[in-house]
Amino acid sequence: MDTKSRDLDISVIMEDLAAEVLQGSVRAMARLITLVENEDPRAFEFLGSIYPHTGRAHVLGITGSPGTGKSTLTDKITSVLRQQEKTVGVVAVDPSSPFTGGALLGDRIRMQRASGDPDVFIRSMATRGNLGGLARTTADVIKIMDGFGKDWVIVETVGVGQDEVEIAKTADTTIVVLAPGLGDSIQSMKAGVMEIADLYVINKADRSGADALVTEVRIRVEQDAQIKEAAWRAPVLKTVAVEDQGTEPLLEAIENHRSFLEQSGRLKKVRREKTRQETLSLLKEEISHNVLEKILGNGRFDDLIDDIVAHRKDPYTSVKEIVTTIFPDEE
Amino acid sequence: MTGKKRIKVIMAKPGLDGHDRGAKLLARVFAEAGMEVVYTGLRQTPEMIVEAALQEDADVVGLSSLSGVHNYFFPRVVELLKENGLDDVLVVGGGIIPDEDIPGLKDSGVAAIFGPGTRTEDIVKFIVEKVSRN
Repeated sequence: MDTKSRDLDISVIMEDLAAEVLQGSVRAMARLITLVENEDPRAFEFLGSIYPHTGRAHVLGITGSPGTGKSTLTDKITSVLRQQEKTVGVVAVDPSSPFTGGALLGDRIRMQRASGDPDVFIRSMATRGNLGGLARTTADVIKIMDGFGKDWVIVETVGVGQDEVEIAKTADTTIVVLAPGLGDSIQSMKAGVMEIADLYVINKADRSGADALVTEVRIRVEQDAQIKEAAWRAPVLKTVAVEDQGTEPLLEAIENHRSFLEQSGRLKKVRREKTRQETLSLLKEEISHNVLEKILGNGRFDDLIDDIVAHRKDPYTSVKEIVTTIFPDEE
Repeated sequence: MTGKKRIKVIMAKPGLDGHDRGAKLLARVFAEAGMEVVYTGLRQTPEMIVEAALQEDADVVGLSSLSGVHNYFFPRVVELLKENGLDDVLVVGGGIIPDEDIPGLKDSGVAAIFGPGTRTEDIVKFIVEKVSRN
């Protein structure tokens, strides 16, 4: 194939990428995800065409410290879903190096069973500098899998510490995975990640300390209930993912949460809030992109910085002045 | 930070051999070079490797074999990639590959074979040059 016809080929693929995804092309889905990851401007148009077909998949988030067994659990949950003839998309997030930008994405190794199945689509994503436990574009990748027709999308976060709670804003059901032997982690996780669980899983439950950990977490859940009345009380389940123990009860618990979300009207509320947040951040990005281009484009900004550095002007008043010039109608 | 394309590599060990030191080292070398490397682990069938390349939209598939199965596995991966419309994926191999096997592997579509002692920076350079030309 000569270069010219090859280029032509690619442009055809580009034009129909969204349509092809909706028709079930795995290749198109993989390519579109790459465009989205690269924040390629062409991706927005495709995402726009896919959006009307989203909202059907149940999005399951799996988070927890490194090494607690998130990937293995993802594999096992996927297996049970497959036995029920549900199709599954998996987004597995691992960290990018802040130094080189590169990443070693190792979650796929634990998903051997799932990775041989054509009805399971697994995509590894690097965080590319995002700090919330997900990549900046993970929510859009979920939408692509949803629009493609996956019944479930499972999102595995990076191994988290305390503060990476973005998954709770992204998933319908969030599972926090803990393992015994990381005794302190429960202390350190109390403030952030421990607050976002719809379900707790104590994995590696065949190890010593598992029952104590279960008790500890249950006490926390009870405390939560006493402090703040909530319609949902997070169950605490034990699993041994590598032995495939506890996976089915876990899936039942996930299904319970899903029913709760649907019957209580919470799903609608949560998804509305999510849509609001996403639209708002798109808007902010678009505004800042356009406006900043105007401000930074003419070189006057650098003059202003000179003035501020020399203390001839102050940054607070200067910023107000800039905004008033661009949006003269604002008060 | 935005709008940046990164080279995506699938690093795989086809067949039954369990010697993955080389594959793991290279996975790290590629990551250090700024690439995004999906390490698929041991005992991969060509089908699994190609499925991974498809789903991950890989630019490169790196195969490592130390057990003498390269003459079957490497060309089979190339063939399956083509069947799936992934002709533009660069396939490179390494491990213990006898010199006399290299021409045949290259004929089958493996872009390069890197034997023991190859400098890792040469492998990185080769990949970066080939992929950016695509």
